[in-house]
Amino acid sequence: MDFGLTDEHRMVQKLVRDFAQNEVKPVIKDYDRAQEMAPFILPRMAELGILGICFPVKYGGQGMDYISLGLACEELEAVDSTLRVVMSVHVGLNSMGLLQWGTENQKQKFLVPQARGEKIACFGLTEPGAGSDVAAIASTAKRSGEEYVINGEKMWISLASKADHALIFARTTQDVSDPHDGLSAFMVELDRSGVTCGDIHGKLGVRAGSTGFISLQEVHIPESNRIGEEGEGFKIAMACLDNGRYTVAAGATGLIRASLEASVDYAHERVAFGREIGKFQLVQQKIARMVQSYEAARLLYLRAGWMKNQGLRNSRETSLAKWYSTDASFDAAAEAIQVHGAYGYSDEYDVERYLRNAKGAIIYEGTSEIHQLIQAGYALDYRNDRPLRCELPAYDVEVWQS
Amino acid sequence: MKSVVCVKHVPDSAAKVVVEDGEVTWGDAPLVINPWDEYAVETALLQQETHGGDVVVVSVGDDNAKEALKHALAMGCSEAILIKDPNLSEPDSLVVSHVLAATIRKIGEVDAVFLGKQAIDGDVGVTAAQTARVLDWPAFTLVSAISEFDPVSRKIRVERSIEEGRQILEGELPAVISVVKDIGEPRYPSFMGIRKASRANIPEWTLDDLNIELLSSAVAWPEVMNPPVREITNEIIEGDSPEDIADRLADKIMEEKVL
Repeated sequence: MDFGLTDEHRMVQKLVRDFAQNEVKPVIKDYDRAQEMAPFILPRMAELGILGICFPVKYGGQGMDYISLGLACEELEAVDSTLRVVMSVHVGLNSMGLLQWGTENQKQKFLVPQARGEKIACFGLTEPGAGSDVAAIASTAKRSGEEYVINGEKMWISLASKADHALIFARTTQDVSDPHDGLSAFMVELDRSGVTCGDIHGKLGVRAGSTGFISLQEVHIPESNRIGEEGEGFKIAMACLDNGRYTVAAGATGLIRASLEASVDYAHERVAFGREIGKFQLVQQKIARMVQSYEAARLLYLRAGWMKNQGLRNSRETSLAKWYSTDASFDAAAEAIQVHGAYGYSDEYDVERYLRNAKGAIIYEGTSEIHQLIQAGYALDYRNDRPLRCELPAYDVEVWQS
Repeated sequence: MKSVVCVKHVPDSAAKVVVEDGEVTWGDAPLVINPWDEYAVETALLQQETHGGDVVVVSVGDDNAKEALKHALAMGCSEAILIKDPNLSEPDSLVVSHVLAATIRKIGEVDAVFLGKQAIDGDVGVTAAQTARVLDWPAFTLVSAISEFDPVSRKIRVERSIEEGRQILEGELPAVISVVKDIGEPRYPSFMGIRKASRANIPEWTLDDLNIELLSSAVAWPEVMNPPVREITNEIIEGDSPEDIADRLADKIMEEKVL
């Protein structure tokens, strides 16, 4: 067993860390206060190749593996969750879905510009009345000749107002015994007639990111934009979530690390009762727990990344990593505020932002409650993963980098 | 055109460097490319983008130096060479400059050699000038801008940042150039560069390969020690008015012999 990162991994880590620390960290607080996404973020991430990090060069990507994707997410969320959210939706939920389920024509049409960062992508699953209960999706896609006509409302969609493409899930069949079976997936260009997008403001966290809605009214799309078979939408959505949740897990690990580093710095700096507060055992206990959760979260996401590289099904492992690391990141951020005392309660320091950002990840891409049900389901043998018609391709360096 | 960039591996600038049992240590902090050398790599790559040709990155050291070389390759350098020899333990800057000069001669047809202004570990800052002297080439040190660089007419014109201000210098190529921060922000490595660097097979040259004899350092470090710990106390000067506070502060400064 080799726990070491390769030269390539370490160089990727440093590249993404330098970008996030040098270019985003100095300004993120201002954008968080203004509840705006910094306009340079997406073009700069595209220019650096981060938006196509784990895709084959022949599809416009950078040819790195899935562990590199996780390492990048950890580095990005160590600065701000909004950076990692970009990776979750553009890379994990949408583009990796195309890599897994798209036809060659669909990869050329959608994946190539997305991996190059020329087009930004988002993921339209959640609706005002359908979150954890995916089968309750009310959006419809009705076939009309060689087209589909989509109607519906998508809510809590990251990058809704920034994206060019959305992977939209809608009901194509009403009369099915299991409502999961009537869903299908479609790539929708968001400049099509009948599409309206906008941002939601007043969120607790991820304020420097774009979270919004997509309204689809009589939107006509060609049949060739359907991803997978008709009725395969639920399976595609769950497969996409296996990839999105991986990025969330890796990112939350970065948030734990940021909370830990901020707490260690402050514990050395702050003096109380004549000693730096790091000397007090109750402060040490908080820091020790952050170390523990960081190391555990990191191992969990790296295992999931390794399984993706090997082409092994990782729904259970990814769900566990996502559940553990997001809960632990919220705890770490809360304890980091406690270490900082009253200063931690103000936005003079970063830790209050970490806490606000951490809460979102406990809700989206499967609430912690859903992940507990998933884990119990596997343990009790109520839940078994069946082979998919299209599996995420294993990482093959020769294929990816040629 | 062919350029050579000389880089060094140093402890990460965030590392805590201390002396323990008479030895300098930085714990388990990684060794990275000297930050000043990244500016040198950037300068060489900019000239390459204008004039074409190759940029060869060179380092003198052990296997740890490969990190710095790979970083330079990932930024876009064409090839890397490690000068590694058991007789090169703890070389001083003069020894390094002789080794670099021999390396540059062996590479051959080099138009310019770029270095950072100094390494952040030893902070000696004379390797560029010494290398130029050994090569018998002009040295342009502390360069903040290159306004003319023409490998065909062999002309170079630079701006130096010196204590007295800015100085314009002209000269002929080949030359040795050390650069400062104002020269331009170094680029990040590209993913393509990372792929190339991670697969690179870096050749290792010994002193025998360079046809030079064992050199002995003129400078030795007989003893290293931690700087004395300074006791720092804070005192807030209070008074009835800003003028009163200023008077008290001035008295305090004189009393403490700060001025």
